[in-house]
Amino acid sequence: MIRWTLRDGTYELELGRDPCNEIGTTVLGELERFLDQVDTENASALIIHSTVRGGFSAGADLRELYNGFMDVPQKEQEPRLREFIDRIHSVMDRLDMLPLTTIGVVHGICFGGGFELALTCDILIAEKSARFAFPELRLGIVPGFGGIPRLRRDVSNAVVRDLLLTGRSINAKKAVTCGLVSQMVPVGAGLRAARNTAEQANKFDPESRRSCKAFMKPLPTEQLEEEKELFVRLALRPVLQAALKKFVESDDPRPYLP
Amino acid sequence: MSASFDRLSQLCAKRYSVDASIIKPEGDVFETLKIDSFQAAELMSELEMEFDVEIPDYELQDIKTFGALSGAIDARL
Repeated sequence: MIRWTLRDGTYELELGRDPCNEIGTTVLGELERFLDQVDTENASALIIHSTVRGGFSAGADLRELYNGFMDVPQKEQEPRLREFIDRIHSVMDRLDMLPLTTIGVVHGICFGGGFELALTCDILIAEKSARFAFPELRLGIVPGFGGIPRLRRDVSNAVVRDLLLTGRSINAKKAVTCGLVSQMVPVGAGLRAARNTAEQANKFDPESRRSCKAFMKPLPTEQLEEEKELFVRLALRPVLQAALKKFVESDDPRPYLP
Repeated sequence: MSASFDRLSQLCAKRYSVDASIIKPEGDVFETLKIDSFQAAELMSELEMEFDVEIPDYELQDIKTFGALSGAIDARL
């Protein structure tokens, strides 16, 4: 599942849930457990990487989301959805604001909620196999884990619109070109590059490192709240439930492709 | 077949350790290479970088064969 180690001032958080680190209540609980235990006084950096073959993360656990809708009476759907979204925003915000230099290593698929998790990192390193996408519009929703404000924080509005309004995926080279990813490395070389980057971060004075991050990467609080409201409004329509049903029942060999 | 088909078949043969002779224009990409959706995404990245093109996913949705795939690449060159 999710494991972490602390060595020489660097945490390494391994995402290891098959098939592709789908984010549901289990992953969320483990991320909360990590955040409750992380010792930011005795560490300088955090590397987040995936140990599963398919990629960094395929996004939200759509099967769990579908079953959640099916199991809950209609009048309880909104409070339950808000509770889940508040919880996941809290985790993403805490990761985003950690007083550590956070480095995401992406290989393979980095879609939807997985992309939103990656966007909490300060620095992204992508292996050549990486693909980034926000396919939410095909489900009748928008990203709801804080991804839109975070992407807007990092790249131009035109890039955000392209990714959201087409749902297409982009490769690592394009992600570097648009400023999303800072280093592209060969397949299998991401973790090594991240460790070198973390080692560099470890050389700096802790107070300047933390202050610099806080100054350069403020939390887009207002937009995050707006995104939550937009997500909940769209997610409660029958469109999402129909799309989830189609996804869960699909035998398409390419369910993750937008 | 186009020059891109030859490059495509060589890349796929090397990447997925299959004999290039089994890659035919009318062959199904998924069945021939025995790849899943995750590997398909990786293959897209490799092809885009090999040919220095961007191929939006929605242009690939109905593409099943190597011939159609090389055609989609040619259209972007």
